[in-house]
Amino acid sequence: MRIFAILSTLLLFFSSLVFTQAVEETVVVKASDHGWDGGDKIDLEWKVPLGVAEKVEIFKIYRSNSEDEITSIIKDEISKAVKDAKEAVTKRLFDNAERDGVSKDDKGLLQKIRDDRKKATDNASQDLSLREDEIREKFVFKFLTVAGKNETAFTVDNLDNQIKYLFKISAYDKEGNILLSGVTQQPASPIVQSFDGSRFYLGIITLILCFAVVWFIQMALKGKPLKIRKIAGLEAVDDAVGRATEMGRSILFVPGILDMNDIQTIAGLTVLSHVAETAANYDATLEVPTSKSLVMTTARETVQASFLSAGRPDAFNEDLIYYVTDEQFGYVAHLSGRMVREKPAACFYMGAFFAESLILAETGNSIGAIQIAGTAMPAQLPFFVAACDYTLIGEEFFAASAYLSGKPEQLGSLKGQDVGKVIVAIGMIIGISLATIGAITGSESIMNALSFVKSTVLG
Amino acid sequence: MKRTVPLLITAFGGFVLIISYFIPATQGWGETVAIWFDVLASIAFILGGANLLKIHLKKVSDWQSGWGFSAVTISAFIITLYVGLTKMGVNPSTNYPDYVWSGSYREMGAPFWWLYEYAFKPLTATMFAMLAFYVASAAFRAFRAKNTEAILLLGTAFIILLGRTFAGVFLTSWLPESLSGLRIENLTVTIMQVFNTAGNRAIMIGIALGIASTSLKVLLGVDRSYLGGGED
Repeated sequence: MRIFAILSTLLLFFSSLVFTQAVEETVVVKASDHGWDGGDKIDLEWKVPLGVAEKVEIFKIYRSNSEDEITSIIKDEISKAVKDAKEAVTKRLFDNAERDGVSKDDKGLLQKIRDDRKKATDNASQDLSLREDEIREKFVFKFLTVAGKNETAFTVDNLDNQIKYLFKISAYDKEGNILLSGVTQQPASPIVQSFDGSRFYLGIITLILCFAVVWFIQMALKGKPLKIRKIAGLEAVDDAVGRATEMGRSILFVPGILDMNDIQTIAGLTVLSHVAETAANYDATLEVPTSKSLVMTTARETVQASFLSAGRPDAFNEDLIYYVTDEQFGYVAHLSGRMVREKPAACFYMGAFFAESLILAETGNSIGAIQIAGTAMPAQLPFFVAACDYTLIGEEFFAASAYLSGKPEQLGSLKGQDVGKVIVAIGMIIGISLATIGAITGSESIMNALSFVKSTVLG
Repeated sequence: MKRTVPLLITAFGGFVLIISYFIPATQGWGETVAIWFDVLASIAFILGGANLLKIHLKKVSDWQSGWGFSAVTISAFIITLYVGLTKMGVNPSTNYPDYVWSGSYREMGAPFWWLYEYAFKPLTATMFAMLAFYVASAAFRAFRAKNTEAILLLGTAFIILLGRTFAGVFLTSWLPESLSGLRIENLTVTIMQVFNTAGNRAIMIGIALGIASTSLKVLLGVDRSYLGGGED
């Protein structure tokens, strides 16, 4: 009987311990990989005990700092402590000197400041090194954001898939007192997926656009007649080259200041191909100064092939296509000087331009050259429009190659581009309608649909 | 063959970059292809330097007109290259004090730094500063009230220019709150945010579609004119 009583007491004691642990309240946090992403997101879900939930005002979300981040924090702390210590020493010694009537330029004082600052630096560094564990503990977690009281989930982004993270959620009441906290049980890493779902709609639009371009190219090759509107700037190319020939002056072609990895430079060189062929036919001198070596090499190939197809390979002079400098204003200085001295009759600016656009176009204008520009830099278009005779605006510039070649497969691609415009127009109409109706009716579902279009479809 | 190989390389590089955008696991491929280009561009620097010397030395040796400019170019090129490559006047790095060339070539006070600070920067700043005069002359020509469109342009430009100055704010500050939308600074904001943004976006959409179409033509080899003609 006594044994039974002792056993019952022990059982009661241990079960009370277990029971006490079981009712200890925390925020239960679960972390799982976010699906269809690039491996930089983790989904968090949390649950708060019922009795506490009604008192919660906000949740604060934290993630663990990586080793690199903690090292960087320690470094920052050390440099801050060193800076503060040095400033304090300087201030103290200068204050003392002022009180004792010692000049601030006194060599002895300055030497003492130097010595004491060095000592203070060493002391501060040493002190921080001793406190490294304390700093590590303080910065285990990094604050990310605040979530509302009704929220129970959040997606953390900008994570590194090589690092394992812990996540902490803290619940706060109205007064800002911490009610409960919870940390994920297991560290989690984002997983790189086979397809980035956030780019799904962009992928679909890209596929439709590609399909449309290829489809219209095929149609054009089969002989379907295509109507393309006239582009005055491109019609004037032959006139400009002809004018240069009549005046016995050269033609200047500037392919922009970016390298061959920029699509505008490629588009510029496709126009160069046509200009070079026309120049070869007319026996005009074509000069192409470049600001990138690769552009020079490619331009030489382009012009040489054009002279060859014009039946004038002997007229090709590779020295007229030359490298100047990678430096923006050095290049502009050369071109401006060249224009003023040589006075070319026609100037073509086809490619990517920045601040130099107006300097070039105005110099060309001042020497009376016929000028045709083409660029996809919206900020430079007004300058070219103001100073040049013809300007190819954005898409006209990209259409130049197809327009000038007149080949059906190239013209077909322009028609395919129009499908893209239809998609854009439909998207705009849907967006405007949703925004307008949503604003008038105040319907939440319509605003959600608008938000979906803006953030998910358009990314 | 001379054109087929570049076309294949272009297509391969382009499609790898597209795929790596949509498939995260292949992001590294895209970065590798981008590094290839950097390597190529770095090697091309030598090509560019050699071409620069060739062209200008020829001009000087032939006593062509403007040979003096070429002489200055060659001198500047060689001096800068020599000073930079030999790290002239640069102190060794504190981490590796035994190695003479361990310092940074951009060290403050070194000849290369001096050339950059006191020759290169003032020259480029001078060129850039000239833009102010070109803007004035271009604006003078563009804002002539020749027809209705030019008058509209002139009027809009006048409001924008005035709205960005203190005078503009001062001139219409007397307008009551109910007519605050007509104050020049507010008109400026409306023009820039509504009319200008609408026009700009239309151009941007056209550019984006043009880029997509041109890229596709280049990748598929439909447009080979940048390689010179379309025949192999």
